[in-house]
Amino acid sequence: METYISPFRDALKALDRAEAEDLFERALRQYTPLEAVEKVVVPALEQIGAEWHEGTVALSQVYMSGRFCEALVDRVLPPSDPDRKHQPRSAIVVLSDYHDLGKRIVYSVMRASGFEVFDYGRMDVDALVKRAVDDRLRVLMISVLILPSALKVREVCAQLKAQGANVKIVVGGAPFLFDDQLWQEVGADAMGKSAADAVSIVERWMGDMQ
Amino acid sequence: MNHLTMSSMQRTLTALGQQEPDQVPLFLLTTLHGAKELNLSIEDYFSSAESVIEGQMRLHRKYRSDCLYPFFYASLEMEAWGGSTLFLPDGPPLCGAPVILRPEDIDRLQVPQVASSVPLAKPLATIRALKQQVGDTVPIIGVVISPFSLPVMQMGFHAYLDLMHEQPERFDKLMQANESFAVAWANAQLEAGATAICYFDPVSSSTIVPPALYRRTGMQVARRTIAQIKGPTATHMASGRALGIVDDIIATGTAVIGVSAQEDLAQWKRAAAGRINVMGNLNGIEMRRWTPQQAEEEVKSAIAKAARGGGFILADNHGEIPWQVSEDVLLAIGDAVQRWGRYPLSWITDHACH
Repeated sequence: METYISPFRDALKALDRAEAEDLFERALRQYTPLEAVEKVVVPALEQIGAEWHEGTVALSQVYMSGRFCEALVDRVLPPSDPDRKHQPRSAIVVLSDYHDLGKRIVYSVMRASGFEVFDYGRMDVDALVKRAVDDRLRVLMISVLILPSALKVREVCAQLKAQGANVKIVVGGAPFLFDDQLWQEVGADAMGKSAADAVSIVERWMGDMQ
Repeated sequence: MNHLTMSSMQRTLTALGQQEPDQVPLFLLTTLHGAKELNLSIEDYFSSAESVIEGQMRLHRKYRSDCLYPFFYASLEMEAWGGSTLFLPDGPPLCGAPVILRPEDIDRLQVPQVASSVPLAKPLATIRALKQQVGDTVPIIGVVISPFSLPVMQMGFHAYLDLMHEQPERFDKLMQANESFAVAWANAQLEAGATAICYFDPVSSSTIVPPALYRRTGMQVARRTIAQIKGPTATHMASGRALGIVDDIIATGTAVIGVSAQEDLAQWKRAAAGRINVMGNLNGIEMRRWTPQQAEEEVKSAIAKAARGGGFILADNHGEIPWQVSEDVLLAIGDAVQRWGRYPLSWITDHACH
């Protein structure tokens, strides 16, 4: 399986869809769809995420890779497939501001990693808290671009806590990358530096919740 | 301590000539803080040129910045394109719904006429009035969003990335339209009295697109656009990384580069090697929770890394100080520049020796 990861990652970074697709098809001849996703797609996206964080890969490459892998994985593991990871109940949202690229990237990478996630779109604090409680979420991923929105995470955390919601919150976006203490200050449970980080954080929590 | 001998304009021009002025120039890029000075909401503040003129003059006197920054907000350009703006009580105004809903809309796109645009009249009036007040003593910095970065607001980020990768002909068509607008808008600001144009181009940064793609796209757009702007430009990546494309940025003809807080100023100064001036890179997001002492340390560190020999302007890393940054911190930055920014900066050598 190792032999597929690096070339698949490089094909994604180069936006070479034909090569990425060919490598994935070859992996599928040897492994089940879930194995191919977990052992080729997820590690490749993780490596791209790490390179994004180091500054050697650009956001456009992360976005295009995520979008491509999402389509690839949807084909072999459709949303109804029992191998899809439906737990914990998770949702992703853009809080208050209107910049949704980060959310789209994380959503694609989560789905390309075999997760099913509610996409809440863009919401303000009160509506988000109500929806999270109504949906009995266990994990809430909040994406922001501007500082005022990042500071509003504090209200979301406080309201969810006041209502006794058993939900963990992971935040991501530019303000958190430029101030590494901000996620703790606003009361989040974790901060993802990349979309792949979100996957590993949710997987870790999934283990803890079992 | 010696008295300052230069005006802000002389100080800035000397630094940009790769010489040491009397003191490190400070471009404290405050926009929203003008509303605080006038006790107005952000929306009310930006509703009239008179408010922004008064706000900029008060900010200039209070914080001792070496420039005036009559930038309203990025979405103002989108208002000229038929878009709208959403005002927040505590942050930069945001762009409303995209004006390009489908890629096909690009085929029918009408470039706004700068001269008859109502939204653009306010910044132009602001620049004219500021120029009347300060003459040639203080640089007035106009702003254009680069033709390569504007589509993030025109059509949404993901739709733009899809276009860039999948529809090269329509991408070229959009760039042509945007270049024509950016050149006219920049030149109108220069004619109104702006000293230089800040060319905001975050999409060109290596944070957003890889260098190879930049060289085929954003760099070519910048080259063509900057060549037609009739005044000096400063390219600003608005927090994006750009150290790996320094030679390419220089080749676009720009005079200054705004540096991200995620990059090292000393590395930038070495890479620039006198070929481009370096501006930056105080972390605007962290600045919100700095104490005045931390502000002083950050200023000192930036000066130590990049100010020797000139070619450096101290500024934040994003091109706009967040609303949440306190008056105390902004005052402390000005104080620190006066204390540690006086050339010949001999303390840096002393500092290194101890």
